[in-house]
This record gives sequence, C-alpha cells and structure tokens, in this order.
Amino acid sequence: MRVLGIETSCDESAVAIYDSEQGLLGHDLYSQAGMHAQYGGVVPELASRDHVRKLVPLIKQLLERTATCAAEIDGVAYTAGPGLVGALLVGASVGRSLAWSWNVPAVAVHHLEGHILAPMLEQNRPAFPFLALLVSGGHTQLIRADGVGRYRIIGDTLDDSAGEAFDKTAKLLGLSYPGGPELARLAEQGNQSRFRFPRPMTNRPGLDFSFSGLKTFAANTVREQDDDPQTRADIAHAFQQAVVETLVIKCRRALQQTGLTRLVVAGGVSANRQLRIRLRETATQLGSEVFYPGMEFCTDNGAMIAYAGWLRLKAGEQEPLAFAAKARWPLNALANNTDEQLTGC
Amino acid sequence: MKILAIETSSEACSAALLINDEIRQRYQFAPQKHAELILPMLESLLAEAQLSLNAMDALAFGRGPGAFTGVRIASGVIQGLAFGADLPVVPVSSLAALAQQLHRETGETQLLAAFDARMKELYWGAYEVDADHQLVRLVGDEVVCLPEQVPLPTAGAWHGVGSGWCAYAAALNERLAPRLSGWMGDERYPRAEEVAQLALSRFKKGLAVSAEHALPVYLRDNVVRQPQSDIAQEKREGNTAIKKPL
Ligand SMILES: Nc1ncnc2c1ncn2[C@@H]1O[C@H](COP(=O)(O)OP(=O)(O)OP(=O)(O)O)[C@@H](O)[C@H]1O
Ligand SMILES: [Mg+2]
Repeated sequence: MRVLGIETSCDESAVAIYDSEQGLLGHDLYSQAGMHAQYGGVVPELASRDHVRKLVPLIKQLLERTATCAAEIDGVAYTAGPGLVGALLVGASVGRSLAWSWNVPAVAVHHLEGHILAPMLEQNRPAFPFLALLVSGGHTQLIRADGVGRYRIIGDTLDDSAGEAFDKTAKLLGLSYPGGPELARLAEQGNQSRFRFPRPMTNRPGLDFSFSGLKTFAANTVREQDDDPQTRADIAHAFQQAVVETLVIKCRRALQQTGLTRLVVAGGVSANRQLRIRLRETATQLGSEVFYPGMEFCTDNGAMIAYAGWLRLKAGEQEPLAFAAKARWPLNALANNTDEQLTGC
Repeated sequence: MKILAIETSSEACSAALLINDEIRQRYQFAPQKHAELILPMLESLLAEAQLSLNAMDALAFGRGPGAFTGVRIASGVIQGLAFGADLPVVPVSSLAALAQQLHRETGETQLLAAFDARMKELYWGAYEVDADHQLVRLVGDEVVCLPEQVPLPTAGAWHGVGSGWCAYAAALNERLAPRLSGWMGDERYPRAEEVAQLALSRFKKGLAVSAEHALPVYLRDNVVRQPQSDIAQEKREGNTAIKKPL
C-alpha cells in the first residue's frame, strides 16, 4: 500500500510518500520559519496563507521526483489536529479533496501520534508497549503507548513545553526564532560550572513538568550578568543542562514506575544532542532501549503522517467526505481501530 | 460544457454544476460548516447528474474576498480536485458573484457589492452589466477600505448589495446618496451558481489557471497583529488568533 502524507499543522508544509513494502519513497518540506522569524514567532494567518501557496506544488514535485503516478497512490493521510486550525484546514481541504478525486480513501492523522510513531520509520523499530517522551514546540508529555491509538498520558507540562522554553530562552539570548537548535549550538561553547539552573519539579514525586520557571530564571540571570558572548554561552549551557536533566529524571522515574523497557523520544527537542546522550546513558543503566526518529523526522514532517496514516488505513479507517480540522484533540481520545496491528509494526 | 463550482467565502456554503445552459445548485446558510458540507454537496450534484469529476471541462471557485478561512477552504478543495483530476480552474470574484446574483434577481445593471470586512472596513467592488451577455463586469478595482472612502462610481442609479451595506448603511448612504437607487443587505450571500455562470465566460476567454494557481484573493494584507511568541500556548489550549477569520 502506498500513502501520500500531508502535514500543515504549524509553520511547515510537508509531504511524503510511504510504501508498506519499500518504506519511505521520498519526502519534501517547505519551512516558513524564515518568514515568521521577523515577528518573533508564528503568525497564524501568514502560516495559513503560505500553506495554500506551497502545498500543491510540493505534492506535484514529490510525485515527479519519486516517479510516482497518481494511480499508484492508495490513500491520502493528512494531519487534522491538534495545531493551528487555519493551517490544518489547508492540509485537510487539499488532502481530502485530492483523495476523492483519485478515488482512494483518506485518513485524518493526529499530529502527535505522527511524532510518536516517527521512530518506526527507522531500521530498528520500537515494538509496543513503550514509554514515549514527546518533547516538541507545543508539548512535553510522557505517554504510555500500548498499541496504535492506545495512548495514555502519564506526565504533562503544567505550563510551557520544553521546546517553548528553549525558544523563549533563546530569544532572551538574542537568537532568532525558533532558537532551540541555535541555543543548543551555543551551549556547546558554554562553561560547565559557571551557572546552575533549577531542575523544576524533580524533588517531589510525579511525572509532570513545569518549564516556565526556568525561563524566568534565565531572564533574571541574563539581566544580572554582563552581556558578553561567553556569558551567553554559559547561560545557554546551564539552561540546556537543566532541561535535559529534568527530562532525564522524569523518564527514569516513568520507566521504573511502568516497568516498560523501551523508551521512544520524539518531537523537535528529541533532536537535541545532549538529551540523546543523557537518555541513552540512563536507558543503558536501567537495561532499557531508547529509540529516536531520524534527525529530519524530529520536527514536523510529512513522513510521520504518511506512516501513521498507513497504519490507520491498513486497519480500515477512513474519513467521510465531510472533513474537519481540530485545534484541540486529546491524544488519549484517539480511537483504537488497529488492535490487530499491535505486533505488525 | 460542464463546470463544477463552489463558493464558501461567506456564512453561506454552496456548490453548483453547470451543464450547458442548465445550473443545479446546493446552497446552505451554514457558518463554520463549510469543510463539513462542501464535498458532500459536490458528490450529490455529480451523482444526480450521473457524472464523474473527470467528465468536467473546468472547475471554478469563489476566490474571495471574504472570510479568510472560508476562501482558503474553497481554494484548497479546488486545488486538490483540480490537481487530482487534472482539470483547469477558473477563479471568480466573490463580490462579482454577489453582484451577478442581484442583477439576475432584480435586473439592476449598476451594482455596488460590499462585504463586511470587520475592523471598520469593507470589501468593495462596482459592477456594470454587459448588455450582450447579461454578465457583470468590474468597474475600477476591488478594494478593502473604510465605508467613508469607497471609490465613487460614475453618475447613474447604482444598487448596493451585501453584508457591508447592513454593517455600514449610514456611512455608505451618506457617501453615495445622489448616485444610489437602493440597497439590499444581509440576506444575500455569494453563491456557486453565479460563480459557475461567470466562470463559463471566463473559461471561454481562456482565463483558466492550473491547480496550484487557484489561489485566494484576500485584498486585506496587513494581517500581522502581535508577534505570536505564545504560539505554543495557543497550540496547547487550542485557541488561535484566527478564530474570527475576517
Ligand atoms: N537541537 C535542538 N535542541 C533543542 N530544541 C530543539 C532542537 N531542535 C529543535 N528544537 C525545538 O523543537 C521545537 C519544534 O519541534 P516540533 O516541530 O516538533 O514542534 P511543533 O510541531 O511546533 O509542536 P507540536 O508538535 O507540539 O505541535 C522548537 O521549539 C525547537 O526550538
Ligand atoms: Mg510538531
């Protein structure tokens, strides 16, 4: 089965073709980050306007590049939420109508399910059940995944997400939006022992997070210190270390509490090198295995949507012609129609 | 000649199938329901006529101006269909579609179409009817502006139509008084039937475009309000700055 995946939930227009026999045939992405950077963040209306200009050209280009003809596509998957509703509606309108005109089924994919399943595009795929740490721009969650569509959120952030904390702190350090990756680069030059940031909510039981205090702590530190490149790097280092250690402590706790032996880390922040190193160490200590998406599939992409869509199409799911986009869509409200796939992926 | 058309730029949602001189339409006043209704409307039109999408000569859509989200649904749906079925697309002004509707109903030949654009402004277009074809033709440009600043039409007996006339009745009357013969406000919205009708003549003139050029015309381009640094929070909470998309 061959599935076209479409992702437009935020500021990336992305498409991919996944083939159940041959794997990922190709993917393309147009990032609007440069356009939004001048406003210090995503402007929803501009995001929607750009998606409607870029999406169909991306699809066309991908079909040409992968030498796929329309008749070879067996289904269309599009992100239907959660995300910016105007942006989502572009992917949903194009995806749903394209599927209809091709006379193939369409399926509405949950963006976060896409993120969580992204490591399954790699050679070494995690089997269910597993613990997922979802660390993205909008979310920081610990999720117990027992099968496709069977997710239970066991830890969540009370305020900012990890990616948001990265981006806001990066902004304080004068880096442009989205500053997460740049902050991580700057942190490499930082001095280990100059500053120590708190590890929020780690000295009490529970799996929830809170990152807004870290951002405030960073703001105060920036204000109190001289503004020179080394200080900025030192602050970046201390901040990153605090986020990473906090995530590591909660993952360790969650693995121990659930008895799960597989950890999946997904979402944009899972691209962070320090996080990957530290989580691997921890998993090894606990005798667990950790799985990551490929670097290009950490942030939003079409491949994860095509893959998640394939699983759901295979299970017989299908959207009616009446389509919708959902700004809110709790992950644990997802229908599970895919029980028989439990071992199949 | 067969054209399938949609119009979702206002609170109304409609689809129409033109086969030579006959047009069939599905129309519903249904705010926020366009995504739900539009493809089923198209499906039922095609089923009734026992035609497939591939049998069409062209697709058409109301390309705005209007509610941003609604206009984009029309554009997105039409791009998907046109790309998938390899059909040309005729974009039609939603203001022109409404002017055409009023002409058909009343026989008026000088029309001023206005949609409420919020933020004290309106979308505006002046149209005259071409006596040969009985089709409206834009005079000047379509604009977004304050009601006090709408372009003054030439002397004549102009007739207003659209939600903008309700929203700014006093200001428009004052500005246009000597040239105005009357207006009809809220109860009329642009419809796919007139989109199809106008598309037919544009198609014959070679004004169709390919799928990826079936793009919205917003008129309003200053849409950046505050820097959206709290986008992540918005995402978590599910509210976005485009809830009221005008
Ligand atoms: N190397 C990195 N280190 C830290 N943060 C990173 C790194 N790379 C990306 N990020 C962060 O990842 C986030 C983007 O991730 P992603 O694209 O998954 O989020 P999103 O799609 O906007 O949010 P969501 O999926 O929750 O709707 C940004 O906050 C970015 O700064
Ligand atoms: Mg994402």
